[in-house]
Amino acid sequence: MSTQIQVNTMVNGEATEFRCEPHQNLLYCLREILGLTGTKEGCSDGNCGSCSVLLDDRLVNSCLVLGAEADGREILTVEGLESWEGLHPLQEAFIEHDALQCGFCTPGMLIAAKALLDRNLEPTEKEIREWMAGNLCRCTGYDKIVRAINHAGESLRSHEES
Amino acid sequence: MKKYSTIGTRPRRFDAREKIVGNAKFGADSTFQRSLWGKILRSPHAHARIISINTDDAAALLGVRAVITSADFPTITPGSAFDSQNHRFSRDNVLAGRKALYMGHAIAAVAADTREIADRAVDLIRVEYEILPAVVDVLEATEDDAPLLHQDLLTDSLGTEASRPSNIASHLQHELGDPEEGFSQADVVVEREFRSATVHHTYIEPHAATVEWRRDDQILVWTTTQGVFTIRGQLAELLQHPQGQILVTPSEIGGGFGGKIASYIEAPAALLSKKASLPVRIVMSRSDEFLATGPTSGTRIKIKMGARNDGKITAACAELFYEAGAYPGSPVGSGAALIFACYDIPNGRIDGYDIVVNKPRTTAYRAPGATPPAFVSEQVIDELAEKTGIDPLQFRMLNVATNGTRRIDSSVHTSINCKKVLEAVAGHDHYRSKVEGEHVGRGLAMAFWGNWGAQSSCALQVNYDGTVTLTLGSVDVSGTRTSLAMQAAEALELDLSLISPRMGSTGETGYNDVSAGSRTTVAGGHAVAKAARHVIAQLKDRAAMLWDVPVGSVAYAKGRFTEGKDNTMSFDELAAKSAATGGAITGIGNVNVEDWGASSGAHVADVKVDPETGKVTILRYTIFQDVGTAVHPVLVEGQLQGGTVQGIGWALYEGYTYDEDGHLLNHNLLDYKLPTFTDVPSLETVIIEEPHEQHPFGIRGVGETPIISPPGALANAIHGAVGARPSSLPMTPGSILEAMGVL
Repeated sequence: MSTQIQVNTMVNGEATEFRCEPHQNLLYCLREILGLTGTKEGCSDGNCGSCSVLLDDRLVNSCLVLGAEADGREILTVEGLESWEGLHPLQEAFIEHDALQCGFCTPGMLIAAKALLDRNLEPTEKEIREWMAGNLCRCTGYDKIVRAINHAGESLRSHEES
Repeated sequence: MKKYSTIGTRPRRFDAREKIVGNAKFGADSTFQRSLWGKILRSPHAHARIISINTDDAAALLGVRAVITSADFPTITPGSAFDSQNHRFSRDNVLAGRKALYMGHAIAAVAADTREIADRAVDLIRVEYEILPAVVDVLEATEDDAPLLHQDLLTDSLGTEASRPSNIASHLQHELGDPEEGFSQADVVVEREFRSATVHHTYIEPHAATVEWRRDDQILVWTTTQGVFTIRGQLAELLQHPQGQILVTPSEIGGGFGGKIASYIEAPAALLSKKASLPVRIVMSRSDEFLATGPTSGTRIKIKMGARNDGKITAACAELFYEAGAYPGSPVGSGAALIFACYDIPNGRIDGYDIVVNKPRTTAYRAPGATPPAFVSEQVIDELAEKTGIDPLQFRMLNVATNGTRRIDSSVHTSINCKKVLEAVAGHDHYRSKVEGEHVGRGLAMAFWGNWGAQSSCALQVNYDGTVTLTLGSVDVSGTRTSLAMQAAEALELDLSLISPRMGSTGETGYNDVSAGSRTTVAGGHAVAKAARHVIAQLKDRAAMLWDVPVGSVAYAKGRFTEGKDNTMSFDELAAKSAATGGAITGIGNVNVEDWGASSGAHVADVKVDPETGKVTILRYTIFQDVGTAVHPVLVEGQLQGGTVQGIGWALYEGYTYDEDGHLLNHNLLDYKLPTFTDVPSLETVIIEEPHEQHPFGIRGVGETPIISPPGALANAIHGAVGARPSSLPMTPGSILEAMGVL
């Protein structure tokens, strides 16, 4: 007997439908049903931030959201950051500042940082560190990620001004 | 210093583009069609005899394709190569045999159509246990009435086997000069005892693997690991299967730090795949990671050091007790070898003990064995400096080891640069600045670490268009595709844009030791340089053939082959003629680097301690390290910062917590606290370049040394701030208040 639920969403700007079990989390749906494996599973209890996605522009750990809750809402994952114009300034900045080592936490970092810059284009270092504190990285020591986010904010500001 | 064209520049990392768009494939991002979900049942008890395992109900569940226990391992034929204690230990750790030796020990495994069915199936396995008393404290485990983990573990004490079993797997000892005489010459003697908690590497990517045991008995493995060849070797042994019939392909690795060397899930996945005739994927949960992988040894260390009033250390003794976890093999050897390695000490004795306890089998963690001893010795050095009234840096300078110094473990330093590192500290703005403010202190700690050499292998394929494909047999743990491609470009005298580096499977290069021990860029560089010489030699042959001249008269420089005045051809022109001149050109670089490199570092930390809560805030932190040659200075800086923050976590936050029955209480990322963005400041780095004489490009390993110094530097800074000396790791607020006598 199927207990599956039909979910209609927008994923990375595209109308997307999928069916999932009521208890399956959004992380599982993205990775295993939709094949969007850019979003990573580091703990599945909301403590590492590797599965960060935007749900209607709100930053969430997709492991703590049910797939069914995405019905009628918009999801942005790391796969949706790049556009026809090219890489998102955050992605450019992460490469330029070597803000990644193993790269496993990077998708979550990029999404969390985008949520910050969507709200505040000129965050201080303290604001960056506090906003990002829900995303763990074990390789970089965080310094270069802070620099990259700061730099991406600068380029987004100069882009807006021009 | 030697001038390079590519080495020392800051190109974009080769792996970055795929990683920042979410396209890079890690362990759980399996590429196999129709793979089943594997799941492992784990022991809820720290120590228990397994009376029976009933898998009938699990096997009968709809959607379950296979169930296995340790009985599914091949039989060990008496007298065969597999009939050894070590083999049984490795095998029992992967799937418990007669006893569960730690909470989380793997007992059985299932493979099912979906994750949910696999979860349900393991709950249906019925295991009857006889619960036994457990021991998790390393010193309690040595007592006569301690619960015994293994009935057949006889202590190897200085080469002699004990007559009755105990939890002490081995005892080693180093001695130099006459320690008692040394202490009699001392004006001040400090004697102290320290402990450090069990800590976990906590890479953010959990272990994940997919294994397909094909009908022709070829076993295909996709896994996240620090070494495809070590996984192949372990699987071949556990399954008693020919190495040539196992192909291991590496995924991208989401952090390892020593924790992704031992094989945990590949053998169960293989056995399940064989039974189910389908590929099986096992992905560990975070809880599984804490319970059943890693961690690294918790320790107890007793230390005694003496010095004259003029600041010269006269003697040093230490006893190191390291948890091995459930099976022997802690890194007490390197801890014992290195505890006093930064200093020239004429008399000393070091005893090391490898002790089994009811915790997961420990594994190497970044500079394995070296961090707890440095926490200990660097504090006692500071105390001696204080007691003799000498500045801590000056005191270290008076005793610093130099080339020719014989260490207590009797090896002789040949490439140590601690003196130069100390000079850099002394001249740096951070150390020269005043320590200002209430409850603010500064700490200094030094580190010395060897760089493993060992086997590396790579292949350079020259393509028709003059581009070069570099296939590495080493896993890229953190930028090694880039650092090795840069060395290939340097050795081939070509532009870096012509080189495409990639990670190979076990079928594509010769044997490589694991990406660990700060060896990958170092030994890999030897291999790449050798492969490049091989390529150039072949191309010279081809040029000589085309020009009909002796090969000895062909010269190569900067991408161009020449002979006499008239004959000249570029690298790509000659590559285009490879079909016409004898076929493909592949350069092979197989090396076994026997030289142990050396790495020297020092950290300076300023902290503020809240005297009411004991909370430590790091105000400023500077890392000094001799890296030989910085291949890519930004990547080097990243290694220094990342290793240091792991060391800061070890120092202030991290540690396994057990209840009295040996249950691990904090197997999640909320209760096992890692440093976050808000716990650390931006770390300054000072890169010192004293080229390593034995390396073609003067490179020293970088990755491990930075984790060694933070606990010592922070402890010394805390002492400067509040006048109390912490004696255990992690230095939690509570333990600092205790040391201050407030609690």
